Amino acid sequence: MCLAVPMKLIEITREGTGRVDSGGVSADVVLTMTPNAKIGDYLIIHAGFAIEILDEEEASIRLDIFRELAQATAQLEEN
Amino acid sequence: MNPLVEKQTAHTLALEIQKWCDKGELVFTFMEVCGTHTMAIHQAGLKSLFPASLRLVSGPGCPVCVTEKAFIDEAILMGKEYSAAIVTFGDLVRVPGALGTLAQFRAEGGQVRVVYSPMDSLNIAVELAPQPVIFLGVGFETTVPTVALTFRTARERGLENLFCLCAFKTIHQPLRILAQRNELTGFLLPGHVSAIIGVDCYRYLPDQFAKPGVIAGFEPLDILLAVRDLARMAANNAPDVVNDYKRVVRSAGNLNAVEIIAQVFSPCDVTWRGLGVIPASGLAFSEDYAPYDARARFPVDAPVSSEDPLCKCADIITGRMTPNRCPLFGRKCTPENPVGPCMVSSEGTCAAFYKYGAGET
Repeated sequence: MCLAVPMKLIEITREGTGRVDSGGVSADVVLTMTPNAKIGDYLIIHAGFAIEILDEEEASIRLDIFRELAQATAQLEEN
Repeated sequence: MNPLVEKQTAHTLALEIQKWCDKGELVFTFMEVCGTHTMAIHQAGLKSLFPASLRLVSGPGCPVCVTEKAFIDEAILMGKEYSAAIVTFGDLVRVPGALGTLAQFRAEGGQVRVVYSPMDSLNIAVELAPQPVIFLGVGFETTVPTVALTFRTARERGLENLFCLCAFKTIHQPLRILAQRNELTGFLLPGHVSAIIGVDCYRYLPDQFAKPGVIAGFEPLDILLAVRDLARMAANNAPDVVNDYKRVVRSAGNLNAVEIIAQVFSPCDVTWRGLGVIPASGLAFSEDYAPYDARARFPVDAPVSSEDPLCKCADIITGRMTPNRCPLFGRKCTPENPVGPCMVSSEGTCAAFYKYGAGET
């Protein structure tokens, strides 16, 4: 029930609401909990509400951590 | 991410988990508190990657699963006795109460509408006015602010026929009870609940109970990373609270959401299936919003909850038993004909086991 998905904010429709998109699927959402959301931000959407803004820097740090871990395995396999 | 990189990452994490489990020399039992994690773990078959000395058990974080049977009966009785339309998230429709399910109530002519967002109930209330419309308020901190904003909007618009039957729950109080159980080594903490309430509020886990907690995302690699960090802290006997979902969860949580919750709701005692009444573990309307409380406005005499004595949902949501050891599982209790809520909810542990298998090696 606490399922939430990242979707990109493509339009601020009126005060406190916006339109988000993910792979061509779009939805109208309430932005009251994320008043600083800007067009282009990825928002975490739950039950028609944006509950948080995705931090892109942290997202890329995560990918770096995973790539480093993958390299460790690749090296093991080579040896 | 490239699937090959993903596979290699998973492999490294599985090796590291094995390493920390070997170092710990004990059996580690971690509880995934959140039902969405339960589903993600089974869907990806993650349990097959863990050593025999690591167990993951499900916790009380599936809102439908911890909701009392009597709640369904209350809703059905309000629908019948006051000709109210019931508005609900889809998960609740097939949960059996003593008086049947909401689906059966609908088949008998009752009005039951399923919505994706609580905001949809505003339009339904306008459409059906002056008929009373009752939203079934079930959920944790992730969902609560969405309902709070819905009722704040209802008040701004002067809607007088929309009400909420509240069974909201908060995570800290049951977590404190579970943290006292010796057999639980640590906790995989819920990602989206934490997006609202933050990281620092879990300090009691290491400070009072000497148990680690890790906030996890929902991708398979997020969960493996979190399990590795739990195993590392458990093996080193160095409990702490770690946030492995930093791209979404801030240390202080979402302060706007917390403020909205506080405007509309205040803590109350509530009954949890499997855990009993826990003081201050629920949320009910604050005084300002009391007119929206369905329970006060439409009193009904719901039968006291009595469970099928063979149904083990209560043991399953507290991590004491796995579904395949329940005598009803897969026999009398299936997703088509569920006996207990853990089989109904799309994120219930029994539904996950039924759909994907136990996934253990």
